[in-house]
Amino acid sequence: MSDKPLTGRARADRQPHSLAVWRGLGGGVALTQALKRHSPEAIIALVEAAGLRGRGGAGFPTANKWRFMRLGAEKAGPGPRYLCVNGDETEPGSFKDRLLMEALPHQLIVGATIAAYAIGATEVIILVRDEYRAAAAALTRAIAEAEQAGWLGRDILGSGFDLTMRVHASAGRYIVGEETALIAALEGERPVPRHRPPYPAVSGLWGRPTTVNNVETLSAVPSIIENGAEWYQSLSRTDEGGTKLYGVSGCVARPQLIEAPMGTTGRELIELCGGIRGGRALLAFQPGGGATAFLEAAELDVPLDFTHTKQAGSSLGTGALIVLDDQACPVAAIARHMRFYARESCGLCTPCRDGLPWVAKLLDTLEAGKGTRGDIDLLHQHVALTGPSGRSYCDLNTGALTPLRSGLERFGDIFTAHLAGRCPVGRA
Amino acid sequence: MSLSPAIKTAIAQAAANHGGPKAAMLEALKLVQEAEGWVSDAHLKEAAQVLGVTTAEIDSLATFYSQIFRSPVGDTVILLCDGLSCYLCGGDAVRDAVMQKLGIGFGETTTDGKFTLINICCVGGCDRAPVALVGPERKLVGPLTPDALDALIDGKAIGGAR
Repeated sequence: MSDKPLTGRARADRQPHSLAVWRGLGGGVALTQALKRHSPEAIIALVEAAGLRGRGGAGFPTANKWRFMRLGAEKAGPGPRYLCVNGDETEPGSFKDRLLMEALPHQLIVGATIAAYAIGATEVIILVRDEYRAAAAALTRAIAEAEQAGWLGRDILGSGFDLTMRVHASAGRYIVGEETALIAALEGERPVPRHRPPYPAVSGLWGRPTTVNNVETLSAVPSIIENGAEWYQSLSRTDEGGTKLYGVSGCVARPQLIEAPMGTTGRELIELCGGIRGGRALLAFQPGGGATAFLEAAELDVPLDFTHTKQAGSSLGTGALIVLDDQACPVAAIARHMRFYARESCGLCTPCRDGLPWVAKLLDTLEAGKGTRGDIDLLHQHVALTGPSGRSYCDLNTGALTPLRSGLERFGDIFTAHLAGRCPVGRA
Repeated sequence: MSLSPAIKTAIAQAAANHGGPKAAMLEALKLVQEAEGWVSDAHLKEAAQVLGVTTAEIDSLATFYSQIFRSPVGDTVILLCDGLSCYLCGGDAVRDAVMQKLGIGFGETTTDGKFTLINICCVGGCDRAPVALVGPERKLVGPLTPDALDALIDGKAIGGAR
């Protein structure tokens, strides 16, 4: 039993295994166990006891999401039901799902098949972002192999369970990774978010019960089936089960992916990357990708799980740590993010469509040393007025303003110092 | 030139695989772009006809998705990441160097039609930052230095392909 259930079987060169090799490594055991020994409800109970929470960023308990789907399916009556796998990883700083899809496609396929069995889905669609061509190719090949081996199709391994699976290649745009936009994308609509309720579990893809799960979440499922809930829990340092595939990038000596116990601290992760680049000091880090609030040196020992990171004033998000050293300007960093979010707004809701480009422009002006006190006041107003969740159909706008809010709180003096006409920090 | 019969067959096949003509519109656009490099008005119309959807419906997707090109691109497309992790690892210097070398800005094509340079959001290569995606395979290259990208363009071992 590996202490790295997500990445332990990956090849060093990141190339995918063939199904034959994967089976030889024990990679098919979970599928047989799940379909032959467990009822769907027993699998959900196991995943609940394991403490698995959604790895796409929200940290929603996976078992609860799956139960909603079963309730939704009861309501909806007979007909197709869908499991959509969200492989649209585009959150700035996140590069974990790329590895899981490129190097370990069979693990994801088995995890998705077990999930589909648990929730009663009839078809799995894996949406992969356009830029991940190698991932889409690896998954397409692996699905064909799985069909050949009887891991997919009719009466899988003699269990009576039927399932089809396919890859949907996307074509850019961050918004596609939003749950309801992803569903719209698969229907061939313009991928913009939809109102909830109805929730996808009740009315999702083509109006049918649908669950959307992240790649990392589903990739963790086979190991839970193989080794049990207690084992999975024991991998974690906190009461949120398992390991987490953290990604560390920015101003560290060796940026990399690290599969570590859930609840590993920022200090440990940065040390595993050889520390801050050039022996400099830490200014701040975002613990979970572009849309998460900054933490500073005082929070380096916070266990990075969903609960503790939230208590510290940020969120675990995708577990993608973006590290800023003391030569990096937080205003410039936030401006980078803001240009991205402004560009990627789908245009549906006014606060996001019109607000974010305005904020991005204000930040650019400040970064260039041409800002005024009034510009900083305006930034505060945007954060206060359009920042709270619930003012647009999705949370893109709220997420975009989160690093700005925390930047204004923590580095207000650096923002103000830019009014003197130049950046007070080393670089930029 | 109109779309080849093979592309038209593939588009029709996509409708069967993707749950209907509407759901196959993006795949149709991708098939056209793969063959032609970009999606012209004429090809857009042909693809719509094969699927039995309106030109407006399919164009509503073509204009929404950033990686569907509605104007011609060069032989080699360079997608340069402008995410924060790349910036923190020297992305701006790489950007400036490539712009100077090619004499174009983002969204532009060199006059000889060889290269198109486009900025792109974080492409999940942060452990190799700064990175770019190059050519039809969207091959991830990095960590880039101004010199490394220089060599890549010169060598254009990647030549002749999008």
